[in-house]
Amino acid sequence: MPPPKARIPAVDGWFTLDAKAPQLLGTRCKACGSYFFPKETSFCRNPSCAGSEFEEVPLSTRGKLWSFTDNRYAPPKPYMAGDPFVPYAVAAVELEREKMVVLGQVAGGVGCDQLHAGQEMELVLDTLYEDDANEYLVWKWRPA
Amino acid sequence: MSSKEVAVLGAGMHPWGKWGRNFVEYGVHAARAALADAGLAWTDVQFVAGGDTMRNGYPGYVAAATFAQALGWSGAQVASTYGACATGAQAIDLARARILAGLCDVALVVGADTTPKGFFAPTGGERKTDPDWQRFHLLGATNPIYFGLYARRRMEIYGATPRDFAQVKVKNSRHGFSNPNARYKKLYTIEEVMGSPIVSDPLRLLDICATSDGGAAVVLTSMDFARKRATKPVRIAAVSTVTPRYPNTVIEMPNFATDSAVGVAAPDVPFRDSIARGAYEQAGIGPEDVSLAEVYDLSTALELDWYENIGLCKPGDAEKLLRDGVTTLGGRQPVNTSGGLGCFGEAIPAQAISQLCELTWQLRGQAGERQVKNAKVGVAVNQGLFGHGSAVLAKV
Ligand SMILES: [Zn+2]
Repeated sequence: MPPPKARIPAVDGWFTLDAKAPQLLGTRCKACGSYFFPKETSFCRNPSCAGSEFEEVPLSTRGKLWSFTDNRYAPPKPYMAGDPFVPYAVAAVELEREKMVVLGQVAGGVGCDQLHAGQEMELVLDTLYEDDANEYLVWKWRPA
Repeated sequence: MSSKEVAVLGAGMHPWGKWGRNFVEYGVHAARAALADAGLAWTDVQFVAGGDTMRNGYPGYVAAATFAQALGWSGAQVASTYGACATGAQAIDLARARILAGLCDVALVVGADTTPKGFFAPTGGERKTDPDWQRFHLLGATNPIYFGLYARRRMEIYGATPRDFAQVKVKNSRHGFSNPNARYKKLYTIEEVMGSPIVSDPLRLLDICATSDGGAAVVLTSMDFARKRATKPVRIAAVSTVTPRYPNTVIEMPNFATDSAVGVAAPDVPFRDSIARGAYEQAGIGPEDVSLAEVYDLSTALELDWYENIGLCKPGDAEKLLRDGVTTLGGRQPVNTSGGLGCFGEAIPAQAISQLCELTWQLRGQAGERQVKNAKVGVAVNQGLFGHGSAVLAKV
């Protein structure tokens, strides 16, 4: 039996690897409190803020579904589509505390027919793609 | 405010299609057509504004010089610009600003593209800090994914139906049917649209615009220059190339997230509403004055969003406007009389220029079977990736 593959993030530093309760990692401007995802670490994007110091913050793990759609055909590279390609849904989820909407794939084969705007969603980690050595992880949303 | 106006003395296009030839050919064809329409020679042009294309190597990044060389070096001044789908509006505005500043009387604006087949994908190589690369890599977030999110949102909050979306395609296919520059000349039925395969739910293949080859050009001149050559030239009364205001709380390509509204409250006027509003304010007119509009129908559902964004109706009323025939030729404010992207497909740097060509022909009464009666004011809007607004307001 081949050794189990290493589970590594498909992108570094965008989320925690806590398998049970993963969190997206953003930043927050120390001057005006604005959140950023992916992380902003140089200059605050609020036009009225001169802030340039940020703290890393985990984002809310739950939010309300703003809208949703799906990919019925394999997206082009650099997406690493499986063969055969399995269609999947994509969700836009509104985080109340951060007052922002964050995209993510929908986990667990949940399709658009099982989704509706306003629905409570939660963050999970799931495999994006794998090669011989590694399983590459990404954040996804699923109905809470 | 006539001192802030420039004239569109000539308009020309190369038909949209999938011709597979060099983009320079389309641009030169369109430029020559626009010059002939204006009754001017290439050597009369003092300034050339080129809309860049990102998919055709170095000549595409220096489009103005590329077109100038192909037309024959003449010593004209040149400038090339890029603003994704808003590229054409930026090139138009460059020429307009030069003319209004008194730096030249005659400017040529050209955009052309040759596109690959299928989905737009990011340019090659691994670029982990480029959100346009990462959105494909981590999410498989193609352009239709974003269009699908907007379409579904209309269904969830306004009760839009896939039938409404199909109706947009049916309408635009009728509008573009007689347009010699359109790529798709077929009269679609609701059933055909709703029978095409779903790409990104709820959008079907026939709800989503294709990518095309094509070229468009306009000759812009000072009003004084134009009055000596035309009795009632079409005038550009406004160009708006605004960015969003922070925080932009609508998810936009190619982003993973919206801005946060925690540090600053969301602006009263959302980005897409601010684009045409900027043009109306410059021109001192309102949406009620608009005789016709060209809007960027990347998807059928997105055309409905635009009705609201450009002030033809209140949020949530677009489906009623469509169903009542207001935006169909013969209605009060026809939208996408050219046939729109549904009949053309995207040829990015040419798109906003081709919208102005349509406005010009309509305002001159030269639009043939698709002519809007008594057209006085036309507005053309679109939006470029990474926060580029694009609105051009023309009138006679
Ligand atoms: Zn700040």
